[in-house]
Amino acid sequence: MSLINYASREINCKIVYYGPGLGGKTSNLEYVYEKVAPSSKGKLISLATETERTLFFDFLPVDLGTIRGFRTRFHLYTVPGQVYYNASRKLILKGVDGVVFVADSQINRMEANLEAMQNLYDNMSQHGYDLTHLPFVIQYNKRDLPNAAPISELDSALNPGWPVEDSDRQKLTPDPYRPGAFLVSEIDGAWVERVPTFEGVAVRGDGVFDTLKAVSKLVLKTLG
Amino acid sequence: MTAPRAASWAFHEEDSHRIRSVLVDFLRDASARTALLVDRAGQMLVTVGETPTFDPTAFASLTAADFSANDQLAKLLGEPEFGALFHQGEKESLYLADIARRVILVVLFDNRTTLGLVKLRMRSAVSELTTIFTAMFARDAGTTSHVDAGFVDAAEDELDKLFGA
Repeated sequence: MSLINYASREINCKIVYYGPGLGGKTSNLEYVYEKVAPSSKGKLISLATETERTLFFDFLPVDLGTIRGFRTRFHLYTVPGQVYYNASRKLILKGVDGVVFVADSQINRMEANLEAMQNLYDNMSQHGYDLTHLPFVIQYNKRDLPNAAPISELDSALNPGWPVEDSDRQKLTPDPYRPGAFLVSEIDGAWVERVPTFEGVAVRGDGVFDTLKAVSKLVLKTLG
Repeated sequence: MTAPRAASWAFHEEDSHRIRSVLVDFLRDASARTALLVDRAGQMLVTVGETPTFDPTAFASLTAADFSANDQLAKLLGEPEFGALFHQGEKESLYLADIARRVILVVLFDNRTTLGLVKLRMRSAVSELTTIFTAMFARDAGTTSHVDAGFVDAAEDELDKLFGA
């Protein structure tokens, strides 16, 4: 839940990177930290094990500057991906404004992706949040690896879409990020909505800013 | 994705004045250095007293995580919550207390005072702040704060500048 602080003239929004272990969530934050101008970023905090696996979370504040009198910041968090850290993972979702699901494109990680996606839905609903009504994007990471699954397979597994019941929204809606694709479309007589997806190679930065920019813009729209 | 749910909460100037005055009195009575209010999502709301030398944004996110983790520990023990936490340092210590389940009061103090005095004075501060925040949340329940027209477009321009159009 974003906070508009009229007293200190600040707006803070929380974005959480979710996904299976070793999928590239921390790599996304590290790339942002490395490339964003020093004046626009805070400290990168990592609560990690001695083998650099995320134990609790990574945190990076990104400062958009003062907009219409409000200092505007995005607080970026990652969660630990390993299955047994679910208690920590759930805590980080508290007050979330936008979610990035970082999927591992490798064929042999498909099950881990599905498990993490199911876990995301479960943890969100336990907080009382509806993922289908929150800013949400997916990044298919590790596209450079030879065993990366085709995008169509990842889409049908991780982004099958959910039913659109609101008749006002039952109209063909182009995907601004994938020419020729649609976010809302009619399939076999039923309207479904998918979330925007991005291809990434987070360790070298491919797709990192595109993903973050897309989820940030969706979050900003919720403030207007 | 279209029309995501609007979700935000606002912290108004008049609320800030009342809260600051409670915290100023508390700091004086407890001889503590700094009082900070952080929301459970990790966002800094108010800082009163000596200006901290640490990074307040990082501090707020860690405080919320600390408190949430301890909340879960309490549940494992069968306790509804740990209402307060104490972190003792060589020179400086922290005392944290829950306010209305949404906000955390963090008090920074050194050897100019004692834990006993801080705890004693905090009781009434926590009670007053709980009343203020509970009334504030009840007042704002169901309403969503929005920013001025033009904010979203201007912010999107800044995003394009920062991450490339």
